[in-house]
Amino acid sequence: MLAIDKVRYFGEPIALVVAEKEYIAEMAALRIKADYEPLPVVHSPSEALRKDSPLIHEHLAKYKKHEQVYPEPGTNIANRTRIRKGNMEEGWNKSEITVEVQVTMPQSDHAAIETRCSTAEIMPSGKTIIHSTSQSPYIIRMAISQSFHIPLHQVIVHTPLVGGSFGGKSAIYTELLAFIASSAVGGRAVRLVLPREQDMVSAPVHIGLDARIKLGCTREGKIAATEILHLFDGGAYSDRGAVMSRAGATDCTGPYRIDNVQCDSLCVYTNHPYSTSFRGFGHPELTFAMERAIDLMAARVGMDPLEFRFHNAIGPGDTSPTQTDLNKSNLGDLPMCIAKLKEIIYWDSRPQVQTSGHLVKATGVSCFWKNSNTPLNAGAGAVVIFNSDGSVNLLCGAVEIGQGTRTALTQILAERLGMEERRIHISTDVDTETDPWLWKTVASRSTLLSGNAVLKAADDAIEQLKNMASIILERTPDELAVGGGRVFVIEHPGIGIEIAQIVDGYKDSTGNMIGGQVIGRGSYTMPDLTLLDPETGKGKTGPEWTVGAQAVEVEVNKRDYSYRIVKAATVMDAGKVINPEMARSQITGAMSMGLGLASREAFLFDPNGAVLDLQFRTYKLMRYGEQPEYSVEFVETPHLEAPYGLRGIGEHGLIGMPAALANGLSAATGASLNRLPLTPESIWRTVHDSV
Amino acid sequence: MPTTEPVYYSLTCYVNGERQTLRVRAANTLLHVLREDLGLTGCKPGCENGDCGACTILVNGLPIKSCLMLAVEAEGLQMTTIEGLRNSPVLSVFARKQAFQCGYCTPGFIVNCHGLLSAHPDANVETIRFWLESNICRCTSYEEIHEAVQAVFCAEERCKAVILRELRRGRYGRNPSYSENHTTDR
Repeated sequence: MLAIDKVRYFGEPIALVVAEKEYIAEMAALRIKADYEPLPVVHSPSEALRKDSPLIHEHLAKYKKHEQVYPEPGTNIANRTRIRKGNMEEGWNKSEITVEVQVTMPQSDHAAIETRCSTAEIMPSGKTIIHSTSQSPYIIRMAISQSFHIPLHQVIVHTPLVGGSFGGKSAIYTELLAFIASSAVGGRAVRLVLPREQDMVSAPVHIGLDARIKLGCTREGKIAATEILHLFDGGAYSDRGAVMSRAGATDCTGPYRIDNVQCDSLCVYTNHPYSTSFRGFGHPELTFAMERAIDLMAARVGMDPLEFRFHNAIGPGDTSPTQTDLNKSNLGDLPMCIAKLKEIIYWDSRPQVQTSGHLVKATGVSCFWKNSNTPLNAGAGAVVIFNSDGSVNLLCGAVEIGQGTRTALTQILAERLGMEERRIHISTDVDTETDPWLWKTVASRSTLLSGNAVLKAADDAIEQLKNMASIILERTPDELAVGGGRVFVIEHPGIGIEIAQIVDGYKDSTGNMIGGQVIGRGSYTMPDLTLLDPETGKGKTGPEWTVGAQAVEVEVNKRDYSYRIVKAATVMDAGKVINPEMARSQITGAMSMGLGLASREAFLFDPNGAVLDLQFRTYKLMRYGEQPEYSVEFVETPHLEAPYGLRGIGEHGLIGMPAALANGLSAATGASLNRLPLTPESIWRTVHDSV
Repeated sequence: MPTTEPVYYSLTCYVNGERQTLRVRAANTLLHVLREDLGLTGCKPGCENGDCGACTILVNGLPIKSCLMLAVEAEGLQMTTIEGLRNSPVLSVFARKQAFQCGYCTPGFIVNCHGLLSAHPDANVETIRFWLESNICRCTSYEEIHEAVQAVFCAEERCKAVILRELRRGRYGRNPSYSENHTTDR
């Protein structure tokens, strides 16, 4: 939490000052004198792997491991995941054409507009109360409990409506610091609010990637083999970076059928801020690398880039890189997404590149898939409590971060109970003392996990209502149904009883009470997930994929390589769209974030490893008026394990955007643009270097 | 040797139509005073550097980033925060068009848009962009915000005239519980 002896990244906290007022703490902090002895700096994952590179963690072998990770002591490797599928020799023999690509995607920031903050208070009884703007209240509870030896039930964590997070607030950071600050002042409530600058570089950031891909293909355009090396920039410490590098391995091929795969996906320590989960969890990065290779290969084979993708799209009957059998339910329908994308961007009715004077218009495309890479015990609970007027309180652990999960959950419950949504109350807060758990609000999993728990809780409540009504109506429960605020006889819907009359027990004609409050409960854990085999990577890391196809149209000014993003399109197999407006909004929001990431966002370091752009004045984000015209369409192939067949959609709009933008700009300029971000300056440099 | 003893100044200003008399530290920003002393937490700290616009309020009708203004500078000024725009048409258009996700930046956008509407009721696309690019939204693609703003500025003339008349009367810049007589006409 606080550096001892050695500081490994710019922004790493070395001391914590607690004071009555923020300005007093600031004045006191300015009086702390620290002497630093400069150490050699490791600037990139590629540099970190050199034989003569300094070790960032000398005692890596002694570290305790929490999850399935494979650090390599004596090196800067924090984790290595191996994928070995098929027969590489055979694959390369079939490959008449090969291409090789090297790409770089730098670290960047989540940049939620609300910075991270938390409050900790330790009561004399030992009860600890944490308020935090977090995606992981139940993980905070566990971490505080385990780290400070407090019984789990004595740790109470509250999360409010969170002001954006995008993965960045799933990491535990300010909570532990606030706890030690509170314990330093006898348990008084201490609030820790990160200023923007610290939120950007002290707290964990978006992961970077250096990748090398070799792709082999037959002359007819069938991909036969791939060899992939991912070097993820995990920064100075292993937060989720190590697990993200595993996610980067499990879906390394992108949504294509490739029978012979070798992938080494490494999370590497550098002297950068440390990395944690970011919308897409390793997938925007792997997709940028693979989709650049796919585009180059399509050009070499002489096929239309979308046709080439359609031709090689993965489908039912194939296996994933981790050798999971794929079917319609767990995979969805990528060819359909590609076909629909072609229509909405008028792909076949105009050339990919159009020149008019010094302006060049071009469209780049990409495909993506993503599985959740969740731990085996990821699950959720839900409680449905009936109020005496027949309205319902829904309790669950899904954090609302603007993604609309809680709205979707009330819709799911309303549908199952056959009642109006406005009769269902759900708060925007989570309180671990009263709300049943959700593993974390991450990985586009909440509507699946909590949604399934909600359905079970609804069914439990329906059973109670029917049992109670069966006594009153003198029917068997099987003859009854619940809907419209009533329990009624299926054959004779006119015969029934208002729910409000029985939810707190029913007073019969003699004045006796039967039954009591109706409280439905449900829980759900994803079944059949397995760990990965350390040698081959064989295993099942999530229940389903979400697939999709994306396009970006750009207009490049060939004089100075400035460009305008004209249009951006996504077609995604959402399984089932629960709330069309919010679903579109999630996807366009994610697309916007992906375009920002690809076009301008990156941490810039000086030679000493200090971050130069740690304010929004220098770290530029997309602003009003820069938005292109967005098109979003859905395909609906149900995922049979999920409520109403839905698939995760919260992250996926981002995944293919960097690749599509790079492919579009590469087509427009004729240069291979393999380094992000794609600023006019970086394009100019690449064009002039390649001449 | 610097001292931690704060020096307080007295400050009288008008927030959402209410007269406020406060004692503030010279170095306190308006943002902090509004949030901590007056409990008006609708203006949000996002960068405290004037870059993100989440703390935007109206000062004498014009949008100001409250993190860039010292509280002592507000002496005698009229201020409107999102709390004072409770029934505003701009707010309801943002809600209707779902022009937000997490909502953290939303008060700043609504307040800014309000300021624009009263300063340039006939603002064209370029003017709207010029004003609104001072705020950052990280969740949405700006598409929904754009639609909401368009709906405000392209509202039927008659409808817009009503909004403007009420804006001029200070109807939206006032705490609903506050009586008509105390409203200062701008």
